[in-house]
Amino acid sequence: MVDVAFQSNRTAAAQAGRRRVGLRNALRRKSMSAFLMTLPLILLIAVLVIYPALYSVHLATLNKAMTKFVGFGNFEFLFKRDTFWLVVKQSCIFAISAVIFKALIGFIVAHFVHNVPANKQRKWRGMLLVPWVIPPAMSTLAWLWLFDPSYSAFNYTLSFFGIGPIPWTGDAMWARFSVILVNVWYGAPFFMIMYLAALKSVPEQLYEAAAIDGANWWQRIWYVTLPMMRNIIAITTLFSLIVTFANFDIVRILTAGGPLDHTHIFATWAFRVGIEGSDIPLGASVSLFMVPILAVAAIFILRDITKRGNES
Amino acid sequence: MSTMTIDKSGPTRKVKYGSMSRDRTWALRWSYFFLTLFAIFSLTPPFYMLITSLKGSAEISAATNPWWVHQPTLENYIQLLTSNQFLRFFWNSAWVSIIVVTVTMLISVPAAFALARMKFWGSATLATGVFLTYLIPDSLLFIPLFKMFAVFGDLTGIQLVNRWYVLLFIYPTLTVPFCTWIMIGYFASIPKELDEAAIIDGASWFQTLTRIFIPVALPGLIAATIFAFTVSWAQFLYPLVFTTSTDQLVLPVGIITTLIKGDVFNWGQIMTGALLGAAPPLIIYAFLMDYYIAGLTAGATKG
Repeated sequence: MVDVAFQSNRTAAAQAGRRRVGLRNALRRKSMSAFLMTLPLILLIAVLVIYPALYSVHLATLNKAMTKFVGFGNFEFLFKRDTFWLVVKQSCIFAISAVIFKALIGFIVAHFVHNVPANKQRKWRGMLLVPWVIPPAMSTLAWLWLFDPSYSAFNYTLSFFGIGPIPWTGDAMWARFSVILVNVWYGAPFFMIMYLAALKSVPEQLYEAAAIDGANWWQRIWYVTLPMMRNIIAITTLFSLIVTFANFDIVRILTAGGPLDHTHIFATWAFRVGIEGSDIPLGASVSLFMVPILAVAAIFILRDITKRGNES
Repeated sequence: MSTMTIDKSGPTRKVKYGSMSRDRTWALRWSYFFLTLFAIFSLTPPFYMLITSLKGSAEISAATNPWWVHQPTLENYIQLLTSNQFLRFFWNSAWVSIIVVTVTMLISVPAAFALARMKFWGSATLATGVFLTYLIPDSLLFIPLFKMFAVFGDLTGIQLVNRWYVLLFIYPTLTVPFCTWIMIGYFASIPKELDEAAIIDGASWFQTLTRIFIPVALPGLIAATIFAFTVSWAQFLYPLVFTTSTDQLVLPVGIITTLIKGDVFNWGQIMTGALLGAAPPLIIYAFLMDYYIAGLTAGATKG
């Protein structure tokens, strides 16, 4: 097809008024070729994203053998189970506290990196981003080994300070803490990089003006840095909220939901029920509970993006 | 008047400069101190992976300092790199990632070009839709997708579940939307005069894309490629759901399902496997850090 287009173009060019004909030809073919160029993308999204998303709503209304329509039966069943409410609570605690700590640590570290002379920033940035680069499934294995009940290297170190041994993954509260800690370790570098990019875009004159007006460092952060970074902070937090809320790898590998379901979040519980327990409709219903939170975050992100699109 | 102000502010300024530079030195020292702490926090797990991978099984269970290796040995590496099973995981991962990266680029680059430059009916909506798709997580889609492919197998007799190549259909749902999105951003930042000139000179749309857009937006293309590779290499949920036979597994799932047998954890080999599994993204990152970071920040700052 490309060859044909190329040829017709040539012959057109050979005729008189080559420029105008070339332009007109291009415009005539424009919408058709644009459609062909986006067709694979549209097909992919329609068949492998939109359709499954709707299909999961359909699945959620079937009984376990997937032979009978039960309407909201699966949801009613879930609402009566204590484990479900435990999962809802844990998902919210997990996502919100992990995102807050990631954002805080990212913000602080970004400032420290920004303070360092420019020629040394690269080295620090390179080291601090490593957690984000390692596949989470692989790095969580390292954490699992660091948290090992009998050979934990952390407990070995803490024993010198007279602390421990801490049941990192054995006790419900500690297991929740460990899961959040690993998630913060993995996600904070992303915030750090985003905030660092934002910090670099704040004009130096604003700080000079603030310094001349006698602002201390806290006032400089509160009145200059934060307002200038507001957009990036908002969008990064929302992104991370979605990703953290839908997290699977870390909880699955570190605790697999245990002890006694006390670290299960939506994704891991949906996997346990739907795939391991082969109750696909119930698993689909569980994961559908992620939709409202994701939708709210998505709407805010989208609003921000269209706003910025209009500004530019 | 200007001389007067300089005269007046001279001495006060000097004092101020002195205190500011002292402040700065202290701020710098504190920055280095905390950065060192955070760097230790960041690098502890990978460092511990490396330490453990060099230990023999006797030393792992011995009551010595776990943070150091006394008798370094390469036995874990030799065992894994000569095991057909592990090499199989590695090849499965490599093939899946390479093919997915190629497919992703073939789909998303032309689509991004069309969406950025050839305004047509619904193109703005489609661009937003692409972005929304990127926000749909894998943990929402794995159950319906699993059922879909099972039903597809029953209907057509083409069994895709539990074959490594089923991942070739699924991974693009993770990579294509983001790559398209950042490529739209990169393409939109190219000045319009450039492609108008090309079209006036008689170039077709395809030529404009290959001769002008791709070379000019090459940094974006590299960033998108790195992203697609990292995502397909690291993906854990989909292969865990879709593949179960040991010869069909990719690296992350393979390490977790075969090296952990019941309650027996062969930690030396697990850490070696994890380190080898983390190596390709880390190597790419070490050489192409700037592109990696560009891709990371482009998602939220472009567009």
